Amino acid sequence: MDFFAKLGKSALDVFRVVGRAGIVLWRAILSVRRLGRSVGLIFEQMRQFGIDSLPLVIITSVFTGAVAAVQVSYQLKEFLPKAYLGTAIFKSVVIELGPVLTALVVGGRVGASIAAELGTMRVTEQIDAMEAMAIDPHRYLVMPRLVAGLVMLPALTVIADILAIGGGFVVAGVALDVSAKVFIDGMRTMFYAGDVLGGLIKACAFGGIIALMGCTAGLQAAGGAVGVGRAATRAVVASCVLILIGDYILTTLIYGIIFP
Amino acid sequence: MINGINWKDGSFIHVDDLHKSFGSNHVLRGVTFDVFEGETLVILGASGCGKSVLLKHIIALMYPDSGRVDYRGENIFEMLAPELNEVRKNFGMVFQGAALFDSMTVGENVGLPAFEHWGTRGEELSKLVEEKLTLVGLGGIAHLRPSEISGGMKKRVALARAIALDPDVILYDEPTTGLDPIMAEQINELIRDTQKELGATSIVVTHDLHSATFIGDRVALVVDGRVEFVGTTDELMSTEHEAVRNFIARGQANRDRPEPDFTVSF
Ligand SMILES: Nc1ncnc2c1ncn2[C@@H]1O[C@H](COP(=O)(O)OP(=O)(O)O)[C@@H](O)[C@H]1O
Ligand SMILES: [Mg+2]
Repeated sequence: MDFFAKLGKSALDVFRVVGRAGIVLWRAILSVRRLGRSVGLIFEQMRQFGIDSLPLVIITSVFTGAVAAVQVSYQLKEFLPKAYLGTAIFKSVVIELGPVLTALVVGGRVGASIAAELGTMRVTEQIDAMEAMAIDPHRYLVMPRLVAGLVMLPALTVIADILAIGGGFVVAGVALDVSAKVFIDGMRTMFYAGDVLGGLIKACAFGGIIALMGCTAGLQAAGGAVGVGRAATRAVVASCVLILIGDYILTTLIYGIIFP
Repeated sequence: MINGINWKDGSFIHVDDLHKSFGSNHVLRGVTFDVFEGETLVILGASGCGKSVLLKHIIALMYPDSGRVDYRGENIFEMLAPELNEVRKNFGMVFQGAALFDSMTVGENVGLPAFEHWGTRGEELSKLVEEKLTLVGLGGIAHLRPSEISGGMKKRVALARAIALDPDVILYDEPTTGLDPIMAEQINELIRDTQKELGATSIVVTHDLHSATFIGDRVALVVDGRVEFVGTTDELMSTEHEAVRNFIARGQANRDRPEPDFTVSF
């Protein structure tokens, strides 16, 4: 009973953030016409979103590629020649593993930190102070984070893709006895630019989700330090759930309709 | 004419029958009062009676369940964002916890409104920041972070930031709460001096009777979500109004012992 009550409550929590996010997104979009005046703010957020996430993304992606190589080779063993190892790794990384895993780890890190920062500003009345001085927090705080998310997550994903494929390449050569030439030939067969592009489109959407959920949860925070902690949790949960649901929808759309 | 303020000039800010509830907590129960141009009006009331909530309505940081706030004859709750922002540029607000942006230096805090709204940059901005900081007695600390200065200094910086755009109206939320008596006295004097210097209209929210009589031209007493009494500070001290006498009696009892606990309510 307790379990279901808790489940219901956290689902409600997520819905509440998502509903509110629509309004926050709309107000951030309205402020895009003042993009020019916010360039400095945007660059600062791009640094925090992108550069500061790099170590985490590097570690995650190298090991993701390595695991993918072992996993794929184990599953292909009986059915397909090793020449397809490169093909399988390349495709699974650029379409799925790169964008989604990068989004999930960055979502945990950046989503929580955005929510905690804005949440602290909310409960210490800094957001009120900003509004009182006629500065719209949606322009000053949300829009730069949103733009940073939209730009930096695809950028991080490109890096993650390269490193993951590199990781797979090394493991294939060292542990699985697949030569460099065979691996690269495998990557070349059935190479579609649409695969890479589709993955980056997904990454762009995920970056937007992370920034938006972080900002929304932060702006909604109430009730002191406890409220800030709750906002951070809510941001991470909401962005993970939305990334996975969004991944399903976008994958269906992109690979079913746009690049069939 | 009292203190050079012409009470007959008509209402500058008119608060009319404000109601506000949070769930079942009916905080404002029909608050009505006027603020005249150039005066310092103190809103006096016990902790938790809704003073901060009331002050936030005056600058539309909160919206009421019913009622209106007119600024120069126009209801601010009916304004769209651009119009409301123009009105807000005429207001400066000093928050209870100072609410300085802790990602910025003191100087960036004070300079932000001018940077954003007037496009002031570089040398000119530094000069403006230093001028405002000097006005509150804090020249030369622009490079410090809010975390590096004391509570009293934060309140001063918050005041410097609030007056950065030369506002017509300054709102203070519990300016002396949480400060030691000496610091509180300095802030009281600073508020009075700022008033003289700028001639702005001030609305000061406080639960401190001494502070109220020291800085106020008029005082409005809030009890149970309503304004029970409005009058000059002299009238406040001499009235036979029961709610006022009660408040003053309690206030004097409290003054004899130090404030037991201080909790910031957000
Ligand atoms: N954002 C809010 N949500 C819910 N309740 C609030 C909110 N802000 C204030 N309150 C409640 O309104 C009442 C008055 O608060 P406040 O205006 O801060 O009192 P004070 O007179 O000490 O400034 C309190 O009971 C407080 O719990
Ligand atoms: Mg208060």
